[in-house]
Amino acid sequence: MSDGMMIEVTNLTKRYAGRTAVSNISFTVGRGEIVGLLGPNGAGKSTTMRILACYLPATSGTVRIGGLDIFRHSEEVRRRIGYMPENNPLYFDMRVREYLKFRARLKGLGHRQSRGRVDVVLEQCSLTDVSHRIIGQLSKGYRQRVGLADALVHEPELIILDEPTIGLDPNQIRAVRQLIKGLANTHTVLISTHILPEAEMTCNRMMILYQGTILAADTPENLQHFMSSKSQVLAEIAAPIDELKACWAEMPEVERYDVSACEGEYFRCALTPQNGLDLRPVIFALARERGWRLRELTRNRHSLEDIYVQLTRPPEEEEA
Amino acid sequence: MQAYLTLVRREMGAYLLSMTGYIIVAAVTFLLGLSFVVLMVKLQQDSTPIPLTEIFYNTQFFWLILLLATPVMTMRLFAHEKFSGTFETLMTAPVSELEVVLAKFSAALIFYTLAWVPLLACLLVVRHFTNDPSAFDVGVMGSTFLGIILVGAMFVSIGLCSSALTKSQVAAAMISLLSGGFIFCVGFLADRVAAQTGWKNQFLASLAFFDQMHDFVRGIIDTRAVVLYLSLTLFFLFVTLRIVESRRWK
Repeated sequence: MSDGMMIEVTNLTKRYAGRTAVSNISFTVGRGEIVGLLGPNGAGKSTTMRILACYLPATSGTVRIGGLDIFRHSEEVRRRIGYMPENNPLYFDMRVREYLKFRARLKGLGHRQSRGRVDVVLEQCSLTDVSHRIIGQLSKGYRQRVGLADALVHEPELIILDEPTIGLDPNQIRAVRQLIKGLANTHTVLISTHILPEAEMTCNRMMILYQGTILAADTPENLQHFMSSKSQVLAEIAAPIDELKACWAEMPEVERYDVSACEGEYFRCALTPQNGLDLRPVIFALARERGWRLRELTRNRHSLEDIYVQLTRPPEEEEA
Repeated sequence: MQAYLTLVRREMGAYLLSMTGYIIVAAVTFLLGLSFVVLMVKLQQDSTPIPLTEIFYNTQFFWLILLLATPVMTMRLFAHEKFSGTFETLMTAPVSELEVVLAKFSAALIFYTLAWVPLLACLLVVRHFTNDPSAFDVGVMGSTFLGIILVGAMFVSIGLCSSALTKSQVAAAMISLLSGGFIFCVGFLADRVAAQTGWKNQFLASLAFFDQMHDFVRGIIDTRAVVLYLSLTLFFLFVTLRIVESRRWK
């Protein structure tokens, strides 16, 4: 059982009345992976997750989780999944421990087993202090952790979290990310987010979803590499402006350049290299050779932010 | 089975740990108290051989309680879960739709029965002061409560069905109130046609809810009525189950 894919999605399509939310997507997620589903609002992330969690039926296509078809073995699949929906709905009239106990029992854990697991997840999600408080009176950060604890309580093989950090303050976000990272190895995790750094920090692999289709799927590093061919080098140099401009114009490695005045006698040069070369050693050598004073030399690493914006930008905006 | 029991406990908790539950019980108790006053006034006027429960039934508060209380008791069941999104966490847990529907129905029926307990107290008080053991006949009492529970089960299943139809608790309550009112009207109509013949009239006469309930409070258990209430309850539960499942075919 340990080998094989955790999630296998083949040609999945979901149409609501008159609108296609997810259009013919296929992907696989291996065991122990943390995969991020990224995309702007309305890209089809939640729909995909709801289908995986057996809440919505697919219009067409198949999904297998742990080798089981989600339509035919719905109940068995649900037993293996810990799912936290968007906006983390909870029963606000229950107490934290009572709620988790209820969920554990609902998911088929025995009396003693559920008590033990509830204690474990309370500890894991730092909820022990508030375990007797009523959920409706807790802050949003605590509620989010209660939702996470619920997803974990029956030790599922697959954890699906729909926007787990939405609406939290930075400290809480960090705590939740730490928690998710801690789940790696023992669990397979699928999280959705529209915040990039989040995916960049927590995921082994990301899938960018836009208008119901997968635009790109790779590791954060590879996606960055894919973009780095266009990365600029910034240099702040004190030298006569004409000399600088002439020099860059002559250099075959430089595709485009832009020189602007900085404070004092320094000029700020933004250089775009030809086919992904790293210009920094060349510039350093040049500065030493000509006696320029070099103050700053950096390469603009394309962040995932740029990839994301570039991939998901609507066409009309590109022309503008 | 474990999921069913867990859900029943949770639903009972939702009734008994919230203000709404107690407000409903208080309202029912208030109406029962009013009927008790009317009952006492009637008893003062002349001595009568008919059972206490029948006098209670004749005060007409019974139907008022049934019509008003069951929609309020049941409106929350599905509508609130759908509204707050907990329906999604519930249905993505490894539970079947049947378990969910039955658990919600059972919890509502238990709560409904609990709300009727004050009636028992009212009747015990009368018995205590009349010093007449025959005023409080266990058989009559049993059949009265059987009637209350059977008619209640039908109204609760209608309420459950309405609640499954919508996200709004108010809409759910209105739908079940209207359906209850409709059944009430059918009961009136059935009273009018009872003497006539022809299959249509006979069919209608079989829906004479007032007469049937009247039998229960007199200590008569008519199997036709029992079968009617049970089958209507099952029918509405089946419809509810289909509505809850419909999410999976859309």
